[in-house]
Amino acid sequence: MMNVEKRDRGLLRIDVDECKGCGLCVEACPPKVIGMSVRLNHFGYRTAEYAGAGCTGCGICFMACPEPGAITVLRAATRKAGQVPMIDTGMEGATQCASN
Amino acid sequence: MSSELISDYEVVHSRAKSFYERYERKPELQHQTHFCPGCGHGTVHKMLARAIDELGIQDKTILIGPVGCSVFTYYYFDVGNVQAAHGRAPAVATAVKRSHPGSIVIGYQGDGDLSAIGAAEILHAANRGEHISVIFVNNGIYSMTGGQAAPTTLIGQKSTTTPGGRNAATEGYPLQVSELLATLQAPVYIERVGLGDNKQIAQANRAVKRAVENQVRGLGFSLIEILAPCPTIWKMSAVDSQHWVRDVMEKTYPLGVFCDRTKEVQPRGLPEAGPSLDQIPHILGVADEDLPEGNSAVVEKAEDIDLHVRVAGFGGQGVLLLGEVLAEAGLDAGLEVSWLPSYGPEMRSGTSNCHVRLSSQPIDSPLVTVPNILIAMNEPSLRKFDLSVRPGGWVIYNGDTFPADCMREDVHVLALPFTQVAHELGDARACNMVMLGTLLEIANSLPQASIDVALRRLIKNPKWVELDERALTRGRELFKESLQEV
Repeated sequence: MMNVEKRDRGLLRIDVDECKGCGLCVEACPPKVIGMSVRLNHFGYRTAEYAGAGCTGCGICFMACPEPGAITVLRAATRKAGQVPMIDTGMEGATQCASN
Repeated sequence: MSSELISDYEVVHSRAKSFYERYERKPELQHQTHFCPGCGHGTVHKMLARAIDELGIQDKTILIGPVGCSVFTYYYFDVGNVQAAHGRAPAVATAVKRSHPGSIVIGYQGDGDLSAIGAAEILHAANRGEHISVIFVNNGIYSMTGGQAAPTTLIGQKSTTTPGGRNAATEGYPLQVSELLATLQAPVYIERVGLGDNKQIAQANRAVKRAVENQVRGLGFSLIEILAPCPTIWKMSAVDSQHWVRDVMEKTYPLGVFCDRTKEVQPRGLPEAGPSLDQIPHILGVADEDLPEGNSAVVEKAEDIDLHVRVAGFGGQGVLLLGEVLAEAGLDAGLEVSWLPSYGPEMRSGTSNCHVRLSSQPIDSPLVTVPNILIAMNEPSLRKFDLSVRPGGWVIYNGDTFPADCMREDVHVLALPFTQVAHELGDARACNMVMLGTLLEIANSLPQASIDVALRRLIKNPKWVELDERALTRGRELFKESLQEV
């Protein structure tokens, strides 16, 4: 890949149609990279909005969010040759982040 | 961001597989839950769905839904679902777990449901150590009904029923369910967690999984109480209500593990299956020759039989027995039947009626609101039900003359002094069987053999069987005679 600049560890996708704009993810996010949109969504809610950079992939916003699929968290795959990508699905990482 | 770059990322947190893709409760908004923004239920639902996913038990989980805001669990969770009556989830869970010991049964209840109307159910389910997991979401208020005080409402907390704030002198103290249940010997694991901040949420997530895991391991009763925000009824923003859980609620409801016997208890294997139907006579010591005979005659279902019968009279006339004999005969003839009595507390002289259905198809409802045959054993019953009879149906009335003002052009009427006929046969109390005989002749869909069997099953005294048989025969004759007269 040509871009050698350090990538974020995580990435966030927010489904603006499912988000109800409660703001719990904004409060929960340790690196504070989630804000509220200015625009209203189709249903009239201001929705959560990813700042576009800085996500660590900790998953805390996902657990704090009351909607089943409004937030999807992705994490940079750490691949070594011939290995399955390491995925941490538990909340262990989340607890560590939370106590930061 | 290019798609090439995104492909280097792996999804680590997304909608749990135990949720349906779409929630088909209503035609619109099928992609989001019905919960208010910031509701604790959504968060707890996700924890539970995730636990089910991680333990790989989606196909054997049966979730018992409550009454309250979280009533719609069956629209969200793609698992087995039963929605229980208010507060009865632990009782339903008990039955489900005992009859399906291999399944994982999870009760989901709110604080109004569990700690108020269902207080007895949860107490006894816990005391019996039922092998179920209970998720108890406590927000200190009745939310779905608009904010009435619950047993868990905090001292001083305002609600529509405690407008001046809860006062211990009049409304008692907040019910600490976890502490209360932890005094029992049987529960295996009881923990209270909160949704007050990230750390609490992470702990709640672990606790929910643990409660389910305990059941997977066959350990016993687990309950997780979760202090959850209700922004709408508390009249706070979602974030403020989250803080309120941590800063205020937690003072009354301290978090922690109140009981943990997971290390001491022995995992219980699956209980032995119950005896099969044919083993039961042997277990009860019933000799083969004493076993009841099978069906005496099964009706050939050449034509559709669909009787909706309403029998009404005063208590003591044999209204219910009439219906019972009819239903029993239908059962013997291999039909689908239902018999539903309806009467007051009086044993005699009150009004009494019953709904009977006989059908060659499965019966949708045992209620007979529009009968095609009405048996009215006295005048008040006739007046009460006459207008409900389906056009083309029959009204069989016990009386010399049919009241003129009850006359209808669109139904068949047969009014005869059945009581007098029964009296002539030997006992006026056989009136009901004379009327049944007439009904059977009109309906003409049950074999005589089934009726004989039904009569002998329900009437023990041979003297009465003999009289009733004569009464039935006489009833049939009366109908035939009435046709000749016309």
